[in-house]
Amino acid sequence: MADDTGKFGVGSVHPGIPNRRQFFQLGAGAAAGWSLAGSAFAQTERPSSPPDKPRGQVIAALSQEPTVFHPLMPGIEVDQGVWWQVFSTLWFIDPDGKFVPDLAREVPTVENGGLSADGLTWKIKLRSDVKWHDGTPFTADDVKFSLDLINNPDFRARSRVGHSLVKDIKVIAPDEIHWRMEAAYSPYMSILGSLTFIVPKHVLDKVSDPNASPFHNAPVGTGPFRWGERVPGDHILLNAHTGYHGKGPYVERVVFKYIPDLTVLYTQFRTGQIDYAGLQGILPNFVQEAKTLKGRKIFVSSTSSVEHIAPNLEFGPFADRTVREALYFAINKQAIIDALNYGLPTQTESFVPQQAWSFQQGLPEHKYDPAKANALLDAAGWVRGASGVREKGGVKLEFTNSTTSGNAVREQTQQLLIQDWRAIGAAMRVNNMPAAVIWGDFWQQSKFNSVIVGVNFMLGSDPDVTPRFGSGAIPAQGGRGYNTYQYKSPEADRLLAEGARQFDLAQRKATYGELQKLIRNDLAILPLFQGFIAEGVKEGLQGFRPNINMSINCWNIREWYWA
Amino acid sequence: MARYVANRLAQAVMLLVIVSAIGFTILHLAPGGPLSQFAASAQMTQEDLDRVTRQLGLDRPLPIQYLEWFGRMLKGDWGKSYRDGEAVLSVISSHLGATLELMATATIIAVLFGCWIGVLGALRRYSLFDMLATVGAMIALSIPTFWFGLVTIYVFSVRLGWLPAGNRETVGDGSLLDLLHHLIAPALVLALVETAMWGRFMRSSMLEVINQDYIRTARAKGMPEWRILTVHGLRNALLPMITVAGLQFPTLLGGALVAETVFTWPGMGRLFLDSIGYRDYPVVMGILMFSATMVLIGSLLADILYAVVDPRIRVG
Repeated sequence: MADDTGKFGVGSVHPGIPNRRQFFQLGAGAAAGWSLAGSAFAQTERPSSPPDKPRGQVIAALSQEPTVFHPLMPGIEVDQGVWWQVFSTLWFIDPDGKFVPDLAREVPTVENGGLSADGLTWKIKLRSDVKWHDGTPFTADDVKFSLDLINNPDFRARSRVGHSLVKDIKVIAPDEIHWRMEAAYSPYMSILGSLTFIVPKHVLDKVSDPNASPFHNAPVGTGPFRWGERVPGDHILLNAHTGYHGKGPYVERVVFKYIPDLTVLYTQFRTGQIDYAGLQGILPNFVQEAKTLKGRKIFVSSTSSVEHIAPNLEFGPFADRTVREALYFAINKQAIIDALNYGLPTQTESFVPQQAWSFQQGLPEHKYDPAKANALLDAAGWVRGASGVREKGGVKLEFTNSTTSGNAVREQTQQLLIQDWRAIGAAMRVNNMPAAVIWGDFWQQSKFNSVIVGVNFMLGSDPDVTPRFGSGAIPAQGGRGYNTYQYKSPEADRLLAEGARQFDLAQRKATYGELQKLIRNDLAILPLFQGFIAEGVKEGLQGFRPNINMSINCWNIREWYWA
Repeated sequence: MARYVANRLAQAVMLLVIVSAIGFTILHLAPGGPLSQFAASAQMTQEDLDRVTRQLGLDRPLPIQYLEWFGRMLKGDWGKSYRDGEAVLSVISSHLGATLELMATATIIAVLFGCWIGVLGALRRYSLFDMLATVGAMIALSIPTFWFGLVTIYVFSVRLGWLPAGNRETVGDGSLLDLLHHLIAPALVLALVETAMWGRFMRSSMLEVINQDYIRTARAKGMPEWRILTVHGLRNALLPMITVAGLQFPTLLGGALVAETVFTWPGMGRLFLDSIGYRDYPVVMGILMFSATMVLIGSLLADILYAVVDPRIRVG
């Protein structure tokens, strides 16, 4: 057995040389999955608790390259993978959906006096034992600076949703900060907890251009890992911050390795070159095999993303709810889940993930019923023409469906949909485009007929979907948001406004429950399934906890350790 | 000669301006843009996207954007990447080393093996070796680099465990041995097509040379065969190879792009692919201009060298 304990105690592979018999076995296809990579955990004793001081390193592979290191600027999920290691938020959301204090001493509530009853005044008490990576103490000035920076018109802030309501920020003491909200907005709790990282005032208030400074490529944070080095196009190295105020870190170094091809990423996971196969994980077709690999653990977990068919509700036939209902009845969802996605995802009827506190149980369950779909269309006056395609009032029941070209599973889904819908007299044509094209104006300005897309509707863990379903959020109609479905409902607007004002969890659950029933009944979207991701870790690597409330599951590397 | 070089330089500069204008226009007219990746994100509203578009200056007319970019480029400022805010030249230089390392190794392998196979094939025309070399070259030229790369990984990394399944180095090691260990597979995969090409060209060139009168004269004078082949044969047969070398650069760059993707090699090819995907205009334009310049320099050097060694083809 090869010694697998590398320079940092784990993870490196020293493949041996096979003997002659093994060499000739290659042609026989024997010993599938046989690899000479040793295990990183060949230990006689397994400590059940983390080590006293950081030990070893973790090589975490990502299929996209993190490139944005200022955590308040536009970035994607992979960037967040780095942000969670280098920076801290006032509080974070754990896998159970609970807010856990981080830079704040406690999460503000009406009961503890952190929130006024009307939700307009916020008083945050901060920890006084936190230090930036350069040794400077963290204070309330940093929080004020971060919130001000987001609202700075010259700064390319990722989003000002919620932040733009913040007024009169007052630093009361180094460990206390107060502010007033222009209007009550309960989702702000989740925005602060999952999307708002605090940046150092002492580093950034000296820079002339807030959009470009040395900080952008060598960030200083309060998180569990310090910036080490970046080899563009290859990897990012972070070192343990021994002065971290929270639990951990338990590994000396984290290496984020960029491997763009998912097949290659899986191969390197299989050969032991990487310790964690992260975003976008292991391809579904490899999952079964991956589960049989020796010394590897596979986690298939739900994500907040809901895979659905997005109808453009202003497009001819889709304006008719009966058509949407008939199309929904005609979809063989189970075939899409089982045959194309290896049975890994979960069927859903809601835009809210099933693990969320706000998920509404008991929504009408989809049934695959082409006969009922046909009956509905017949009753609504959609008559089959000579070509077999239905018509009503000169409008044909034909439309295009688009998705990202190259996404094999979605392209296969389209083929199933074509068959399913042809059976009820609906003609669907495929109109796929590259990602950079489809998610441009085509999507944003509702130039599509229908699209297959996976969307995370949540704001962190908050179900406020005003930007998605609010009638004032339709970009094609001059709205501010991303209601590309062009869904308009006074009742939905009322519920959205109410939900954003409420701070009582039970009340909010009821409000968003009503909203989910409404969206399901109106079929503003045709949900297919809740998204999933299959990730893998080397056996012996402890602490990996998928978190549906985060954009990326390697949010807590500070808690990872080698047993 | 000086006039010939000056003419060729002027043509090259004109060509670069045309390439830049066409490249810039096509790139910006293609649907989507640098912010498309955020469109499906729950964190950025249309208002946010519009604001950042304005801040990046992407809402201005295209000709103005081009002239500004071109003016800055002439002053040596190639702009900054939209992805990480780094200066384009710095982004390119950070990836260039890896690509040059891969391309240089593959070229050395290809030239040595290709020339050897080509010469031997020419000297033993229609022998079993020559036929095997011909069939091998056809197969090598037909095999998709991507597929061959994956097969190489499967056999030598997954099954045999002899080579790493990609990457340029083991993070935390970086010794010369480690670097070479990682370089073997991608360099061999990239060298495969190149070797076949060099082999075929060399064989043709050598065949042409060994049938010349001066070779026959040398033999008649009793010159040793090894000397005839090296001094008279090989030297003259290598002349057309100068042109081949100059024209091989774009092919090599294309092959490197694929090899870098398969072997997670942090080079220019992958940077180009990623930058196009992200619509990182400044970086794509930077790579385009850099590559065009390299191709032009390659072909210019080949022509000049040829003109130096063969006075018959000089113009003017």
